[in-house]
Amino acid sequence: MNEMLTARDLLPLLPELLLGGGAMLMLMVGAFSGERSANVVNGWSIVILVVVAGFLLSLPAGKYVLFGGSFVVDDYARFLKFLTLIGSAGALVLSLDYLNAEKQQKFEYGALFLLSTLGMLMLISAGDLIALYLGLELMSLALYVLAASNRDQVKSTEAGLKYFVLGALSSGMLLYGASLIYGFTGTVSFTGIAKATASGANIGLVFGLVFLFVGFCFKISAVPFHMWTPDVYEGSPTPVTAFFAAAPKVAAIAIFVRATIVAFPGITHEWQQIVVFVSIASMVLGSFAAIGQKNIKRLMAYSSIGHMGFALVGLAAGTADGVQGVLVYMAIYVAMTLGTFAVILSMRRDGVLVENISDLAGLSRTHPAMAFFLAMLLFSLAGIPPLAGFFAKFYVFLAAVQAGLYMLAVIGVLASVVGAYYYLMIIKIMYFDEPARAFERMPGLLRLVLGISGVINLLFFAYPAPLLGAATVAAKSLF
Amino acid sequence: MAWPILSVVTFLPILGALFIALVRGNDALAKGTARWVALWSTLVTFAISLVLVWRFDASSAEFQFVEKHNWLGVASYHMGVDGISLPFVILTTALMPLCILASWTSIQKRVKEYMIAFLVLETLMVGTFSALDLVLFYLFFEGGLIPMFLIIGVWGGPRRVYASFKFFLYTLAGSVLMLLAIMAMYWQAGTTDIPTLLRHGFPVEMQKWAWLAFFASFAVKMPMWPVHTWLPDAHVEAPTAGSVILAAILLKMGGYGFLRFSLPMFPMASHDFAPLIFTLSVVAIIYTSLVALMQEDVKKLIAYSSVAHMGFVTMGIFAATTQGVAGGIFQMISHGIVSGALFLCVGVVYDRMHTREIAAYGGLVNRMPIYAFVFMLFTMANVGLPGTSGFVGEFLALIGTFKANIAVAALATLGVILSACYALWLYRKMVFGTLKPELAGIRDIGWREGVIFAPLVVLTILFGVAPKPVLDMSSASVAQLLEGYNKAIAGTKTAQAAAAAKAAGSVR
Repeated sequence: MNEMLTARDLLPLLPELLLGGGAMLMLMVGAFSGERSANVVNGWSIVILVVVAGFLLSLPAGKYVLFGGSFVVDDYARFLKFLTLIGSAGALVLSLDYLNAEKQQKFEYGALFLLSTLGMLMLISAGDLIALYLGLELMSLALYVLAASNRDQVKSTEAGLKYFVLGALSSGMLLYGASLIYGFTGTVSFTGIAKATASGANIGLVFGLVFLFVGFCFKISAVPFHMWTPDVYEGSPTPVTAFFAAAPKVAAIAIFVRATIVAFPGITHEWQQIVVFVSIASMVLGSFAAIGQKNIKRLMAYSSIGHMGFALVGLAAGTADGVQGVLVYMAIYVAMTLGTFAVILSMRRDGVLVENISDLAGLSRTHPAMAFFLAMLLFSLAGIPPLAGFFAKFYVFLAAVQAGLYMLAVIGVLASVVGAYYYLMIIKIMYFDEPARAFERMPGLLRLVLGISGVINLLFFAYPAPLLGAATVAAKSLF
Repeated sequence: MAWPILSVVTFLPILGALFIALVRGNDALAKGTARWVALWSTLVTFAISLVLVWRFDASSAEFQFVEKHNWLGVASYHMGVDGISLPFVILTTALMPLCILASWTSIQKRVKEYMIAFLVLETLMVGTFSALDLVLFYLFFEGGLIPMFLIIGVWGGPRRVYASFKFFLYTLAGSVLMLLAIMAMYWQAGTTDIPTLLRHGFPVEMQKWAWLAFFASFAVKMPMWPVHTWLPDAHVEAPTAGSVILAAILLKMGGYGFLRFSLPMFPMASHDFAPLIFTLSVVAIIYTSLVALMQEDVKKLIAYSSVAHMGFVTMGIFAATTQGVAGGIFQMISHGIVSGALFLCVGVVYDRMHTREIAAYGGLVNRMPIYAFVFMLFTMANVGLPGTSGFVGEFLALIGTFKANIAVAALATLGVILSACYALWLYRKMVFGTLKPELAGIRDIGWREGVIFAPLVVLTILFGVAPKPVLDMSSASVAQLLEGYNKAIAGTKTAQAAAAAKAAGSVR
């Protein structure tokens, strides 16, 4: 490639550069001033994430393609990057009190958050299979470490190891798929693949597609590649679980959608069946398997499996409306997840975090505000109007009905009824049961996150225009 | 239109709820404030809703007090009422203050939350009846599940958890299918605006599926046999005011839905599926009446009688005659008043004795003469005695059905006899006979309860003697609905006949 890169051309890359630089800086600060700088590093990491999100918004609009097509910045990428950054920043805010209370002050924590988020941004903007893999690995490697960050605890190290081994396996599959696709199309760039497959599919390409999808499904924890999720969610330190639930899911679904829509429009029929199956399986398994759970983190794991199934309903439609649905879904999902985890992180008695759902008994009397917000979040996760979660489901199913995927839509909404049952169980425990001992006072930062998330969730219906508008523009930029 | 009166009526209760939420503390003062704020919000809402009646032009079949704003892109915030929805709006706003009053002393735990739940519920119910956009309608319709779930679950009886879950999941399962139908209608017609869809004319094949999906939702809500089993459970466990709202208003959403959507939007499907509805209605009328005869729990008995009475409503609506539809609407309004009052009657003795077992009562007339009178009036209205509002609705629905299908009407009339059996039996067991020793100290109804019952007594007799105001309010809208319905049926039939003739011709 002979083109000269000028500083001006790198402008769209500024958020990533800032984030990378920031991560290095934080590591240096931490390395030179030791463990006591942990709070400073983590605090500044939040600032960096927020500043980068701000930069992202202030950059000029339009589509930019860098490095010969490897790196694409369009409205779609901007929307999802913003969402990812908010998700990461939110999860990091949730971490601060936890780290202090658990005596887990480590400066690597914030730096790893930044590096992982950098990987997500790369992933969202990936325009070819190489960039995709780079972003995915940067994101995942940092996540493996974070999962095991509570290194004196068996559960946490087990979670990290499990995640690593299974993650490596899925990366291998993804690479294998990528190489098959390269072999059968002669190119790694998404637009090139689209050209090569415009005439239809051949068996090798479909094989490659399947393996590629296996990798994606693993990252978004869709059935049948979901097995790691409950264990990793349960074993990881809770704020890391919140991070897993919020940010990487957004990035992974972003690349799933981008790769599918941009690279394989010619073989829609082939990938649609896979997505429909994965979506149905995830919705159904997520709903049924969550019913028996007693640990709230495990329950959230199954809940997230189900939610990824619902988000994929939009992708299965394969239209701009469907992609818009996915984007709206992910935005609302991040807001709901962060709020829910703010409550889970405040379930603390005698200085110890408790994780059983039964510990929430009678929360409506010991902590009425917390119980109210959590109840609304749970109704929202169940998709009951007028809460935000209803609109999330509304748009993906709207697209599915338009695409004529009636079977998917019917199974999906019925699965959401089954799913409503376990959310109701938690509400029942909070509102109908006799109170257990009160939790400790909820830390201010957690209140803040819960409040913001609760207000978004409750009042989304009153002013949906900004999110819907942004999602429409973002979805259009893919087509 | 100077001010958005319909939105004010809809959202005023929520303002009251917000105010109560801001009240600090949990002492007697806070409880008192919550009660008074709730009472005043509902009263003011009712007063404003009377302005609707006053300014409503009953001679027009068009939607009135219309408000329209951009909202979702797909859907808009479109509100308005016509002669079919206005009676339900008024019924809602009128019953709410009575419900608040009925909970005045019987609810002692978590009063603030209770009042908030009721006020939110009122907003959602009024919204359901005045929404002119399918998505908006769905929002209000489903949103009502949340407060009702909490009302049953938090303030209900011993099996409240089971009842609240059953209520929630049954209703939700029915409704999500309706949501899919709404989406399919959106893609077919390009809008979810109800007035536009009323004129749209869906393809016959699609009507069938959409009708079934809407049926799934409304049949559960009504409830129709055999998906009625959630209702007795919910009624038995809910607190008195919750039962009142459930019987008087939430059930009416199903009937309203049939009238607003199924009949005018899917006329051909309604026509084709009418035998199904008739069958289910007749089964509901006869079977649930028989079941009611066997009950040992007062509330359960009234709940089953509700299912039977709703059978008359569905039968009348799908008879698709002027009398049938008008009778259906009237029966719903009347049942709203009468069954609400009956649950309040149960509430009165329950507050005193804390049991709903029929066998625990007897000879109440000796200690509670006023109560015995009130209870008798509503029992008679429930039976459908001429001179009470219950008669008018059943009579009209039966006449209307008679025109459409004689056998169905004849069988349904059996239900009137059966309803007399169980209602009079209940009355005899509870009120007549010798006074049970445990009841020796029971007090007659006090002034607060008197205030609650007075308007209901007046309305029951008034509508029984002079049903014209209600019938007039809806007559223009009903006429337009049926005109469109008959035209659509005739049009489709001609088209089908023409197609058949053409096919026959080409064969030759």
